[in-house]
Amino acid sequence: MTLLRHLAAAVLAAVVVAILTIQLNAFRDYQIAEIACYVVAVAGLTVLVGLSGQISLGNGALMAVGAYAAGLLLIHLQWPLAGVLAAATAISAVSGALVGVAAARLRGPYLAGATLLLAVALPSLAIKYAGVFGGDQGLTVGLTPPAFLGASFPLTRWQAWLTCACALITLVLLANLARSRVGRSWRAASDDEVAAALAGLNVARLRVLAFVVSAACAGLGGALLAVTTSIISPGAFTVTLSIALLTGAVLGGLGSLPGAIWGSLVLVLLPTYVTDVATSHGLSSAAGSNVPVAAYGIVLILVMLVFPEGIQGGVRRLLRQFTPGTPASRDLPPGRAAASEHQEEGSL
Amino acid sequence: MAEFGELTLGGISVGMIYAAIGLSLVLIWRATRILNYAQGGMAMLTTYIALTVINHTGSYWAGFAAALAAGLVLGAVIERVVIRPVESKPPLNAIVVTIGLLILIEGLAGIIFGGQYRSFPAAFSITGLHIGSAALGISSNDVFVTVAVLIAALLLAAGFRYTRAGLRLRAAAFSPQVSRLLGVRVGRTLTLGWALAGLIGALAGVLISPSIFLYPNSMDAIFVLGFTAAVIGGLDSPGGAVAGGLILGVALNYVSGYLGSDLVPLFGLAALTVVLMLRPSGLFSTAPARRV
Repeated sequence: MTLLRHLAAAVLAAVVVAILTIQLNAFRDYQIAEIACYVVAVAGLTVLVGLSGQISLGNGALMAVGAYAAGLLLIHLQWPLAGVLAAATAISAVSGALVGVAAARLRGPYLAGATLLLAVALPSLAIKYAGVFGGDQGLTVGLTPPAFLGASFPLTRWQAWLTCACALITLVLLANLARSRVGRSWRAASDDEVAAALAGLNVARLRVLAFVVSAACAGLGGALLAVTTSIISPGAFTVTLSIALLTGAVLGGLGSLPGAIWGSLVLVLLPTYVTDVATSHGLSSAAGSNVPVAAYGIVLILVMLVFPEGIQGGVRRLLRQFTPGTPASRDLPPGRAAASEHQEEGSL
Repeated sequence: MAEFGELTLGGISVGMIYAAIGLSLVLIWRATRILNYAQGGMAMLTTYIALTVINHTGSYWAGFAAALAAGLVLGAVIERVVIRPVESKPPLNAIVVTIGLLILIEGLAGIIFGGQYRSFPAAFSITGLHIGSAALGISSNDVFVTVAVLIAALLLAAGFRYTRAGLRLRAAAFSPQVSRLLGVRVGRTLTLGWALAGLIGALAGVLISPSIFLYPNSMDAIFVLGFTAAVIGGLDSPGGAVAGGLILGVALNYVSGYLGSDLVPLFGLAALTVVLMLRPSGLFSTAPARRV
């Protein structure tokens, strides 16, 4: 049943995307493609943070792994696109397993710090081995629409279709995973580790698995971003990207897959909008480019202090008002990630 | 062999910066069980304030004092306004809030001061010192950096040990409920802890900025290495943070000297991973196992 519902929602979304991309202009198509890339990566992170209760500030670096893997395969081996995306996903999943094994013993701030260091350290590899990774300039990859769509098919529309298709497939897979035995085990282990272990769950293996899933998503997102922007450089995968992903997940609502879509919409559309407003109010463009960064910061703080359930939590509350009598949400209880009380010293 | 000595002495000076950042993190961690990811950003902001004061007054020491005062105020204000509401919440909320603070401060600095790299003056000469004809590999400013952090650490240790405020700080960190029953104003004590951490962070920012340039992200790399130092030492142990900073500073200076400076962040990551795998609570920590 749930599988059918997820599939139906995905087909509906695909139709909407197809209509939108044909109606809108090339620039909007490109933005849709960018949003879809972020959806893939943010969805992976929201599963990691919201369901398994681990935090990662290094998913931007894992996106870089996927992007560089895709770039190298496209340039040197000329693999077909589907193969490249699958391989990039697999390679980042393996890196995620390595990170996960190291991270399985770490908690809270230690984990956040270690993954933050990963985000700082990994891009420096691209500069150190400039012969392979192209240094600061990065790699350039090309993408052409497949022949069966006709010669005049716009590139940006093909990019939007490709990325949205991948995003929808990812969302359906993740939604089913979250409802499955694995998803339930993640929630159990993050709510009460000891009880979960006593109930026979292998907590360490579950934590590593969550990292693998989120890394695979980050890698696919990175590979898609690479073929969309056609350039892969270390400057695109800084700590700021990792923090932007976290912002998207928190803002959308931790642990909620529709929330990942809301978050990605804001991540892509807000900076352009805010920068436009700032420059039109007389800020120089250099200063204006910092306004979105400050805005992310304010958003993160306000969401955590005022409504930790994020946008999807608000949407859910609205829906519930319009449909009285529905049972409490089958999704995560609102604000679960923010409301479990294992605090050592409660506030008096 | 001469190079080895130079790298060791230079590493001690850099290590003291990591130690200062680590110390400020430990102060906050002990008081509130929160890791302040905004510490580097706060230090960057106070260094910009110092630079503005120096440019207006022409006096290095006026800027130095302004940075420390600004750090003190910034720490207290941040604790009161945004940290207090998440202190009783799960750790994830505090992590997200301090990360939000970090990028808010960096964004604001970019808007106010612009993104370009600025040079920051050093307190003393930065030409290398010699004994006879042998170069030491450090300058008088490096000696000043080392001594300044050392004095700050000792003052802090003495303050914790011998003053009434220090006793209250230790009591509030040890058991907030019991101290509150005994009449300690725990809230005010936590604010004091954050203010002191802000001060130490500001000191680190002013001391390191002559050797790196000042720009909105300038403290990111320093912060993660300071964090690594604190974790190596154990987040609970101020002495451990200083020791961790020194170990890390010297080790990374060897890496930078013999293998190339691009590899420093990677070796930092490797060091952090190895320490956390072997001793998840740090080398010098006496903390009991994590409570569930």
